[in-house]
Amino acid sequence: MSVITLARPAAARVGPRRPGPSGPSRRRRLVGLAFAAPAIVYLAVFQLFPVLYGLYLSLTGYSPLDRGAPRFVGLDNYLALADSAAFLQSLKVTAQFVAEVLPFAVGIALGLALLANRKVRGIGLWRAGLFLPRIVPLTAVSLIWLWLYSPDGWFNSLLAGVGLQPHDWLLDEDTALHAVAVMRVWKALGGNMVLFLAGLQAIPKTLYEAAALDGAGAWARFRHVTLPGLRPVMVYVITVNIVYLAQSFAEIFILTGGGPLGSTTTTNFLIYQEAFQNNQFGSASAMAFVLFALIFAFSYASMRGIGRRS
Amino acid sequence: MKRAGMKRPGMKRAGMEQAGMKQPGTRKPGTLIALGIATILVLMPFWWMASMAFKPEAEVFTQEPRLLPAQPTLGNFAVALDDGNLGRAMLNSTVVALVVVVANCVFALLAGYAFAKLPFRGSGLIFMAIVSTTMVPVAVTLIPLFLITKGIPLAGGNDLFGQGGAGLIDTLAGLTLPHLIGPLNVFLARQFFLGLADELGEAGRVDGASELTVFWRIYLPLAKPLVATVAVFAFTAVWDDFLWPLVVTSSAETQTVQLALSRFLTGGNVAYGPAMAGSVLVILPILAVFLFNQRSFIAGLSEGGVKG
Repeated sequence: MSVITLARPAAARVGPRRPGPSGPSRRRRLVGLAFAAPAIVYLAVFQLFPVLYGLYLSLTGYSPLDRGAPRFVGLDNYLALADSAAFLQSLKVTAQFVAEVLPFAVGIALGLALLANRKVRGIGLWRAGLFLPRIVPLTAVSLIWLWLYSPDGWFNSLLAGVGLQPHDWLLDEDTALHAVAVMRVWKALGGNMVLFLAGLQAIPKTLYEAAALDGAGAWARFRHVTLPGLRPVMVYVITVNIVYLAQSFAEIFILTGGGPLGSTTTTNFLIYQEAFQNNQFGSASAMAFVLFALIFAFSYASMRGIGRRS
Repeated sequence: MKRAGMKRPGMKRAGMEQAGMKQPGTRKPGTLIALGIATILVLMPFWWMASMAFKPEAEVFTQEPRLLPAQPTLGNFAVALDDGNLGRAMLNSTVVALVVVVANCVFALLAGYAFAKLPFRGSGLIFMAIVSTTMVPVAVTLIPLFLITKGIPLAGGNDLFGQGGAGLIDTLAGLTLPHLIGPLNVFLARQFFLGLADELGEAGRVDGASELTVFWRIYLPLAKPLVATVAVFAFTAVWDDFLWPLVVTSSAETQTVQLALSRFLTGGNVAYGPAMAGSVLVILPILAVFLFNQRSFIAGLSEGGVKG
């Protein structure tokens, strides 16, 4: 938000433009409202209203196959979820998935950013190469990794190369989720790296110069200049990663279909099944709001937790 | 530049001051080797994809996959486009994406400009509400959006109250609905216009320009990077989308690219050759957009990051 506050003083110099009932500024406000109106109306109908509608649906029993309207059932759906083994298992799977991907997706990306922040010839090309997985659709990369993990795939051929038995990574309950997690780390690196790069370049050079004058070595500069300087970006990266990872769907759909034995059925995948295979819109909506609450809580905690430490 | 060079005697060229100053000039071979290894590891899956796409079936199902096809073929592409329905799907996705790109470039930009330069009563609060919707998981709005799409009045056999028919379910119009104006694009537009000086507009107004002229003639020409970023975001949002097309379409006529790709794995075995060829075809447009537009693509991403 620093840029917003930077932009303010310039605005203040121009004069009283905020309130003031004078003619031209009133006109300007009307024009502003007219410019923003299409977006406001659209977002109200297709973003805000669906949230309220979904909240209502979560308090009903409703199947799209029914001829009738949603039947109000109060908190029954939520109470049923507390006893639903499938739902609780999906929360556990989702949490484990996020916990497995997050440290690597952030840590390795930070390392790559430090590397890609060096000035070497053609660094733009290296950065583009490292960034590439970020721009490729999840469905397509999932298909690629489906082959990489397949019995005839690259990973098993590497295993065979060192004399080990091939393994069916995605069909084994003990490895399927880890395998998806590895793919997701790979997919997340580029985007996180670019965010860290921007953060690194926003750290004033004078801080490094001052630290060097004080005799700080490379590690001390990283520890006391780079890391503190990266805190805002770090908070953002971790929060965004939690929000995205906790909603994993396409990679699960392609790589494992939620199996084996529900070991990779994330909450998002379960919601899809409940809504569009079991036609239980009410209960699926309740699941979605529990997921929403959890994602919100965890991303809020990550913002507060890292933001406070100093 | 001169001063910077004087402070750091190790620097040879002033242009190098940006980031490499921590280790001026030294350790370059190590950096290059590390970069090389990291990049090869990261790009390896793409190499396999491209290689498999050109392999005949006999070379695909083998215990020892080779890095290059021994007998390259284009057959997989033909199968993917035809049997895989990817030709139709790419056309569908392109049409939907174009509509969404135009809608975003017009309405998200106008709204972002208004929030930045023409604030009105409650605009701050409304903007916060818009930004906060980006926090809402897709799963929360998925079912309501499905029902809204089904209940669009007078569409697909519906009456005036949205009852009786299928609405925009299984149509290209239905595919555009959730993407037409992205809240993130409104946010990016506001941030961008906040960064442009108010004095520019004031100068135009002193000359008697209308608000529309001020936007169109003064600010918009400066916003080309923003337009590029919003266009990229809008395009990829549609092109990459999987869950919404999965839910809202059912027929081959409305299939999108990601759906068509996912269909390569129905039933136990996967036809990896055509699937990889299909992946190549689906990735190529994104890659082209990225290569032509890398700067604003990355700028847009970090913009949202550093400022949010």
